[in-house]
Amino acid sequence: MSKEVIRMEGITKEFPGVKALSNVKFSLNAGEVHALVGENGAGKSTLMKVLTGVYSKDAGKIFLEGREVNFRNVKEAQNAGVIMIHQELNLMNHLSAAENIFIGREFKKGRFILNKKKQNEEAEKLFEKLHVKIDPREKVGNLTVAQQQMVEIAKALSFNIKVLIMDEPTASLTDNEIEDLFEVIKMLRSEGKAIIHISHRLEELKLIADRITVMRDSEYIDTVDAKDVSIDALIRMMVGREIFVEKQKPVERKNLKLTLEVQDLNAGPQVKNISFKAYAGEILGFAGLVGAGRTETARAIFGADPHSSGKIIINGKEQKINSPADAVKAGIAYLSEDRKRYGLALGLDVEANISMANLLKMSKGGFIKFKECSENAEHQLQELSIKTPSIKQLVKYLSGGNQQKVVLAKWLTKDAEIIIFDEPTRGIDVGAKSEIYKLMNMLAEQGKTIIVISSELPEVMRCCHRVLVMCEGRMTGEVTGDEVDQDIIMRLATQREM
Amino acid sequence: MNRLSTLTKQTEFKRKLVIVLALIVLWIAFGFINPAYLSYTNIMTILLATSTNGLLALGVSWPIMTSGIDISVGTVMTFSCVLSGVVFNSLGLPIGLCIIFGILVGSFCGFLNGFMSAKLGLPPMIASLAMQMITKGLSLVVSGIKPVYFTDCSWYQKIATGNFLGINGFYNAIIILIGMCVISYIIFSKTIFGRYTLAIGSNIEATRLSGINTDNWLIGVYTLCGTYAGIAGLVLSSRLNSAQPALGPGYEMDAIAAAVIGGNSLMGGEGTIIGTLIGALIISSLQNGLRILQISTETQYAIIGFVLIVTVAFDQRRKKKKESR
Repeated sequence: MSKEVIRMEGITKEFPGVKALSNVKFSLNAGEVHALVGENGAGKSTLMKVLTGVYSKDAGKIFLEGREVNFRNVKEAQNAGVIMIHQELNLMNHLSAAENIFIGREFKKGRFILNKKKQNEEAEKLFEKLHVKIDPREKVGNLTVAQQQMVEIAKALSFNIKVLIMDEPTASLTDNEIEDLFEVIKMLRSEGKAIIHISHRLEELKLIADRITVMRDSEYIDTVDAKDVSIDALIRMMVGREIFVEKQKPVERKNLKLTLEVQDLNAGPQVKNISFKAYAGEILGFAGLVGAGRTETARAIFGADPHSSGKIIINGKEQKINSPADAVKAGIAYLSEDRKRYGLALGLDVEANISMANLLKMSKGGFIKFKECSENAEHQLQELSIKTPSIKQLVKYLSGGNQQKVVLAKWLTKDAEIIIFDEPTRGIDVGAKSEIYKLMNMLAEQGKTIIVISSELPEVMRCCHRVLVMCEGRMTGEVTGDEVDQDIIMRLATQREM
Repeated sequence: MNRLSTLTKQTEFKRKLVIVLALIVLWIAFGFINPAYLSYTNIMTILLATSTNGLLALGVSWPIMTSGIDISVGTVMTFSCVLSGVVFNSLGLPIGLCIIFGILVGSFCGFLNGFMSAKLGLPPMIASLAMQMITKGLSLVVSGIKPVYFTDCSWYQKIATGNFLGINGFYNAIIILIGMCVISYIIFSKTIFGRYTLAIGSNIEATRLSGINTDNWLIGVYTLCGTYAGIAGLVLSSRLNSAQPALGPGYEMDAIAAAVIGGNSLMGGEGTIIGTLIGALIISSLQNGLRILQISTETQYAIIGFVLIVTVAFDQRRKKKKESR
């Protein structure tokens, strides 16, 4: 029997009007990877925030190695060796990787002079341990999301940790990077550290977790051994209902109408001679590792970034696309992987966000037709089953899944013909995920052209009729129908240029 | 249905209520100390004193809503009426034409501010700082550092100080202020322009990626701001019956203070037109009351600075409370 590091009993936390945690228990052993799962809003993050002192608890007890503790803030938890890596990364973009890792604990010569050399060397060592190639001198803002995540992990490792909590650490990593991360987690486990792993990707829990605790609706449901439980059983526990997404059958290719054709598109270092065709009524996947240039390709087609050469042909007519305004006019819509930054005006209400792209049509002489806007927004709420108290609710108060649907509603209002989804289910819980898949299907059946960029292979394989694979800015292959297979895609995704 | 707000209706309403209450408390307090403060004449005096700053504040609240700023409104105001006066005196064009020309000078300065920040990528603070220096310098150069009088037009002064409605004391300047406030309110709450202004302030990149030409709309926002400065120039020069080339610097800060006291956030993405007007009213009511108490102009400034701190700190606290819920 291994030693218990953390024990939480009867934890209750209330926010005005909401019970966020209700009599929750949790136990964590040394040398264990303990997964915490549940839908968004189930209370996982709140529980971890109570543990690390971000929130105070209303009732219950927390023990660290048998001693009752009561962290009043993150610093106290950190000093006791309990560290959390948040899903929304906490890095300063203008500082270097090394500076971020050692912020507040800088290496110094004497009292005031920074010892940058030593700092960079120490950061280098941490990165080596993680098997990632990151220059410690590089500004964090220039790193990819995946690399930034690694910097966060390195930062956590630089503390003398007993407990490491990771909130969705794999959400933005590719399969290779996830493997690397898991190696590190296993190494930490063998060193006797305790790890709490919050994740929506249930498949990976089988690979890494020892025990799994399920939460639902602010309550503790059960703790099970990872090796004894099936994914279906986990999902049942999480949502209290069955969720099943059928694998796509390939579309009959005869009568398809060609809607989008891209010829020899070049844009920066990550989009090299990209050519492909997309048809009405199909869901076309873009697979590849993070940094393969899929997002860059999409942004170039959408006019968000300039392209240096190449043709974009829509419905047989070449379109000059130099700005998103041009692309939107041509019938293209783009749902960014980072919807908070690129998709939504968070401080505006649901209706304003839904109307935004089509406001010129829904106005007369500059005056907004409020009735039309509201009616359309209400209609979209129903159509996409967006959960919000009203169309006047500010978008920032909606859950990730509903925010994603608001962005989609915006483009459906604009009646876009070609819709590019970039990581459509990132940070979205299982239930909402399957809804998004259903919506994509529905749209394809209505004759829209759907393009899906995803780093989650199971997602690509489930949703797409046809999959294009990219690697290092080049198109390395295409797989269709029954050929859509994890191994083939992975081989193409790693087909590097000699 | 009231559709103006980006915040939910209720919070927006509460927010307005708070500053309206602040204004009423202020009036009652001063009225208690000296009943003459609440006399009809004095209230009209306060309103007249609000007209210039109110117009500038209404103008500058537009860039503020986009999370930008325009610190050139004071000197652009001066520049527009100086040019209008110079053209009137030297070319002898009809006064109506010169007035329109003056306002358009303001619009053009605003247009340049917008162009510099949207197309050339200058931070709005820097763009409008440059514009402030340019217009300040040119006003003095063009006028030869002398006041420009509108002597050939006997009724120029009546534009601001006459009373078109025939109600004694209800000066035209007040009507102009109210009129421009209504126009601002309509643009803000009823039009695409208002909607996009808030969208840009909330998230300019997401707005651009929605296929909206944010550069052009931003230029529009600054042009509107400049237009308000032009109109403020007309009102001020009419009140003084002359364009004073050395006036201007400092006015922009009063205008920004009014907008902020009124509840506009410098972070953009939200805004209130009525609040801006009340913010300007609070400032001139304070100035007027303190003057009655024979407190020096210098001390008045210090007190207004203090009021700015209190109102914004109060507003921040209320916001934080709301966020943490």
